[in-house]
Amino acid sequence: MASLNILVAVCLGYVVFLFLVAFAADRFAARGAAARWLRSPLVYTLSLSIYCTAWTFYGAVGYAARSGLEFVTIYLGPTLVMMAWWWGLRKLVRVGRSQRVTSIADLISSRYGKSNMLAIGVTILAVIGVTPYIALQLQSITLSFEIFAEADPEQKYLSGSSVFWVATGLAVFAILFGTRNLDANERHHGVVTAVAVEAVVKLVALLAVGIFVVWGLAGGVGEMMARIDASEIGEWHVDSGRWVGITFLSAAAFLCLPRMFQVMVVENVDERHLRIAAWAFPLYLLLMSLFVVPIAVMGLDIMPETANPDLFVLTIPLSQGQGGLAMLSFLGGFSSATSMVIVAAMALSTMVSNHIVMPIWLRSRGSGASVSGDVRNVVLMARRISIAGVMVLGYVYYTLSGGGAALAAIGLIAFAGIAQILPALVGGLFWRGATRVGALAGLSAGFILWLYTMLLPNLGGVLMPETVLAYGPFGIGWLRPEALFGIDGLDPTIHAVIWSLGLNTTMFCLFSLASFPSPLERLQGAQFVNVFEHSAGPRGWTGSFAQSEDLMIMSQRILGAAEAQTFFQREVTRQGGRGHLPEPTPGFLERLERKLSGSVGAAAAHAMIGQIVGGSSVSVEDLLAVADETQQMLEYSNRLEEQSAQLTRTAAQLRDANEKLTQISLQKDAFLSQVSHELRTPMTSIRAFSEILRDTDELEAEDKTRYATIIHDEALRLTRLLDDLLDLSVLESGQVNLNIRSGRLSEVLDRAVATVLPGADRPIRVIRRSEDEGVDLDSDLDRLGQVFINLISNAQKYCDAEQPELRIQVHRIGDTLRIDFVDNGNGIPADAQKMVFEKFARVSSEKAGGAGLGLAICREIIQRLEGDIRYLPGEGGGAFRVTLPVATGRMAAQ
Amino acid sequence: MTGPDGSDDTAGHGARGPAMFLERRSYRRRRLMDAAKLLPIFGAVLFLIPLLWLISGSEAGPVPTSRAITYIFVVWALLIAVNALFGMGVKRWAETWVKSDQGGELSPDEDKSL
Repeated sequence: MASLNILVAVCLGYVVFLFLVAFAADRFAARGAAARWLRSPLVYTLSLSIYCTAWTFYGAVGYAARSGLEFVTIYLGPTLVMMAWWWGLRKLVRVGRSQRVTSIADLISSRYGKSNMLAIGVTILAVIGVTPYIALQLQSITLSFEIFAEADPEQKYLSGSSVFWVATGLAVFAILFGTRNLDANERHHGVVTAVAVEAVVKLVALLAVGIFVVWGLAGGVGEMMARIDASEIGEWHVDSGRWVGITFLSAAAFLCLPRMFQVMVVENVDERHLRIAAWAFPLYLLLMSLFVVPIAVMGLDIMPETANPDLFVLTIPLSQGQGGLAMLSFLGGFSSATSMVIVAAMALSTMVSNHIVMPIWLRSRGSGASVSGDVRNVVLMARRISIAGVMVLGYVYYTLSGGGAALAAIGLIAFAGIAQILPALVGGLFWRGATRVGALAGLSAGFILWLYTMLLPNLGGVLMPETVLAYGPFGIGWLRPEALFGIDGLDPTIHAVIWSLGLNTTMFCLFSLASFPSPLERLQGAQFVNVFEHSAGPRGWTGSFAQSEDLMIMSQRILGAAEAQTFFQREVTRQGGRGHLPEPTPGFLERLERKLSGSVGAAAAHAMIGQIVGGSSVSVEDLLAVADETQQMLEYSNRLEEQSAQLTRTAAQLRDANEKLTQISLQKDAFLSQVSHELRTPMTSIRAFSEILRDTDELEAEDKTRYATIIHDEALRLTRLLDDLLDLSVLESGQVNLNIRSGRLSEVLDRAVATVLPGADRPIRVIRRSEDEGVDLDSDLDRLGQVFINLISNAQKYCDAEQPELRIQVHRIGDTLRIDFVDNGNGIPADAQKMVFEKFARVSSEKAGGAGLGLAICREIIQRLEGDIRYLPGEGGGAFRVTLPVATGRMAAQ
Repeated sequence: MTGPDGSDDTAGHGARGPAMFLERRSYRRRRLMDAAKLLPIFGAVLFLIPLLWLISGSEAGPVPTSRAITYIFVVWALLIAVNALFGMGVKRWAETWVKSDQGGELSPDEDKSL
């Protein structure tokens, strides 16, 4: 007789063994050199066996003991689903892979245009449906403990605390191995491998008990068959409705249960594994159910009336003194329960954290979807907390329900609840017209009806009083939960399934037909329904060198050959391998993605690597993200272009400025040499004549006077030159103070003529029209006079006509005044015209009276007065035009 | 499930346009797809047959459970075998699907027309 202590020890040892298996598998997978068997169809098939929970391990026998062969429908449904793998499951798996789906809620929401409301709905449905199921597993573990405790009277056994510790242990396991990584492409190798090992254990355990019963107790197949026919379930008698209904329900649940979706779609590493699983998994189910009826019949035969048929698998070997077999059987049941709980908690936590916790967290932070790396940790933490939360829910449900017989019915109730997802799922995969509104309507209708007709009546008590069950709410008979619209006499389960799924499907279809989907929804619909045309063939994440090569080729295109090779070489070194290509480990892929995203943007990089590694197609969101990035890049490049144009303009301006500076510098040099030259000439004569006066003793008075006059004249010339230079520099530096006064133009001209003409040898004849000159001016009249004097004296000096004449013409055009000084000489030669306003520019050297600064000064003055002076060619002689503003002059005065 | 052209890896309907007769390979592939659709229906019908016994059994006495067990498990095993055969057929006739990235499982007589 196995004592409870040994049982606990074996149990703990088994758990440690599972931890080691999961740990080793994770290590293998992380090293990239994942062993072949980790990715084999066998592991995939075995992981599907989490369909067989403790409810089926223990419960199937109890079910058979109560209702005969009906239990087999639970397995027939999944078998039929597997028969349709080529056009059914394969499509689901392909869609899941190409859309990088993380859960069934994610799949539904992603099909209907990423509707988070749908995802939340599915998540809530799943949590409500699966939590009692988890409680059921906990109960089965406790019950099996209790069986051993009864057999071992020395030990006191507290079922409550053991359930608590079991739940805690399972939560720790799920957290440790289920929340290692985030990306749906990175699979939970550890968990899946542990589940596969447990699948073997439970199959072996059940087969061992079955073989013991048939050949050990009954004495062969023939005897066993005879015993079956002689037993109370010896006649073929099933309820047709239940037979069909439960087969359908189990098929639906097989597809929609979150944990099944997790192992079947999310954890699928290669679509081709389905080909093997399609026959291997039904075979597994067949073997699991092969000995159920014999065990049930044997239990009914040899066990006392009071024995719980649910635990025959355990109690028969115990009663026959087969302690070892009982232990194995216990481990089988323990495996069934733990693997289900772990995967279910993982799957539910993914849904809860992705669709409920994370949206709330993101909203509370006020940041949109554009969040960076630090979210990874938040997501993982959310997932861990969700796992713990799901466990706590299951535990609370278990303690509240008291672990009684009410739990036994929960399996089918959970199936029916989860099956409400089926219309939206199947419609989404095969009907492009299915819309979000339709899915929401169908789900809500099905969910409410399921609650009303199935869950609440079964929970009973406060939630659904007996009176409501018997006479309907408020005494309305046709609303009785188990006989809606007066349809009485149906099996309650079938009644609930027909109503909830029927209305669900009807609403789904009607609302889909009536509503109009959003563009994203329509795109996703096409992607889902026509997935085989849109996605590449079945490509597993096989992590082969071929992939590394593809990655290398792509990276070279993007990064350039040298940089890509350096990067890959560094990765090879980091992995400690040889050759030139690294293993495509998750770490390497992540770094590569980061690197590529620097060149092409994060979304594009993710899509590219996903194409090569994940075998997933580019989803609409990917495209939108890429478009977003492209938009940003375009904007950025536009800004760059703008900046570059601005820079070009600035550069051109700088170039101009530089040229001007160079010119000015040249002018300055020329000017300095001019000035020194101009200063030197008079200086030379002053020095020469003063030396003569000093050194020659006998000079005649006349000579003395002449020399002194020359010195005086030259000194005067110097003074004039210096005055002019000073004047010019003051004007040029803009430090001149203008003395703006009002006056008449004629007066200024009168003064200028009067200043120049007297004293000349041959005064020039000045022709004026006094009626034009009666213009009032607001200007610096002295400076203006200076300009006029300069122009008139130039004419006086340089006009080479026989009868020199100077015509002064005044025109007023709008606000500007034009004063032309035109003489009748030869004028200025064309090549010198440009130069006349430059400093020290002298037209003819022979008549060099001044320093050549006069016109330069004139130009400066006129510019100060906001006017203009220029030479007028083609007037028949030397001609200058002075333009002056009339109005601005007045303005300046104010 | 089948695409408008042969680019998908289903039956390859219309891979050649509107040809009257398909070559043997494409013909096989099409029949394979028919089998894929028929198989679950076939299985469901077989599992429904025991329900007929409920009616017929009333005259000749109730059908014993042992016979029902034998029938169900034999049908079950049969279906598994047929599905395994179908899997082999898929491997044989739908190379585009079976073909791995490394070309490891590629059969020597690869159909280039696909």
